[in-house]
Amino acid sequence: MDRAQLLLLTGVGLFALGLAGVIVRRNALVMLMCMELMLNGVILTLVTFAQQTATIAGAVLVLLIFVVAASEIGIAIPIVLLLSKQRRTLDVEAYRELQG
Amino acid sequence: MNGSMLLTLFFCAGALAGGVLMLVARHPMRVALALIGCMLSLAGIYAILGVHVIAVFQVLIYVGAVMVFMVYVIMLLDVRDPSFLRRYGDTLVTGIIAAALLAAALAAVVSSGGAAVSLDADATGGAQFLVQPFSAGFLRDYWLHFELTSVLLLAAVVAAVAVIKGGRRKDG
Repeated sequence: MDRAQLLLLTGVGLFALGLAGVIVRRNALVMLMCMELMLNGVILTLVTFAQQTATIAGAVLVLLIFVVAASEIGIAIPIVLLLSKQRRTLDVEAYRELQG
Repeated sequence: MNGSMLLTLFFCAGALAGGVLMLVARHPMRVALALIGCMLSLAGIYAILGVHVIAVFQVLIYVGAVMVFMVYVIMLLDVRDPSFLRRYGDTLVTGIIAAALLAAALAAVVSSGGAAVSLDADATGGAQFLVQPFSAGFLRDYWLHFELTSVLLLAAVVAAVAVIKGGRRKDG
């Protein structure tokens, strides 16, 4: 196994662990962090391909993804705090009516 | 196996260990610390690959801003929350099976060499990713994207303020 394959497999592993976390965990904040883990798996894959092809487009895209992730957290955290204020819990089981 | 490959292996193992810890840790603070460890390992990988700009931004933006914000919020919250005591919901088995199947399918594609680029062991994008050439290329070819991100950040700030103000109004 060469280095690029190892990095791609690590990216796959991080994405799968993050996905498992989003599905199985009950705490809304932990779910948010697991989504960040999935994003990090994708970013690792993107950087690996960018480095292999020696183009800066992939690295630029990663920088833009950082900005999007920061914006996402900036909006998601106030929403989570408001939910927590209303129901006094971060347990997603308490918000079952949101599933439609 | 050279030193660079050994370091890559070490950081990959660190990142995956952080991911596993996030799944099993009970308290969100421990989950956040595991995620910080994972992100620092990834920054190490980017540094080894020679993509220094991304390594620096990984530490500055993710660990320095996003995770500090997250840790601050966790400290604000009640530690007796029921979701702190019962970690997993009813979807435990389904979630693990789904994630394992996805990981197996993607790993099979990567291992079989189905990836679009040639997986050259020591291919280095090298020169393009050093800070100076990267910054020059970034601001020459991608300045519009860079400016658009400032609009996105502004929209995020306005949205966050709107969410908080909306919540306060509802509280009366």
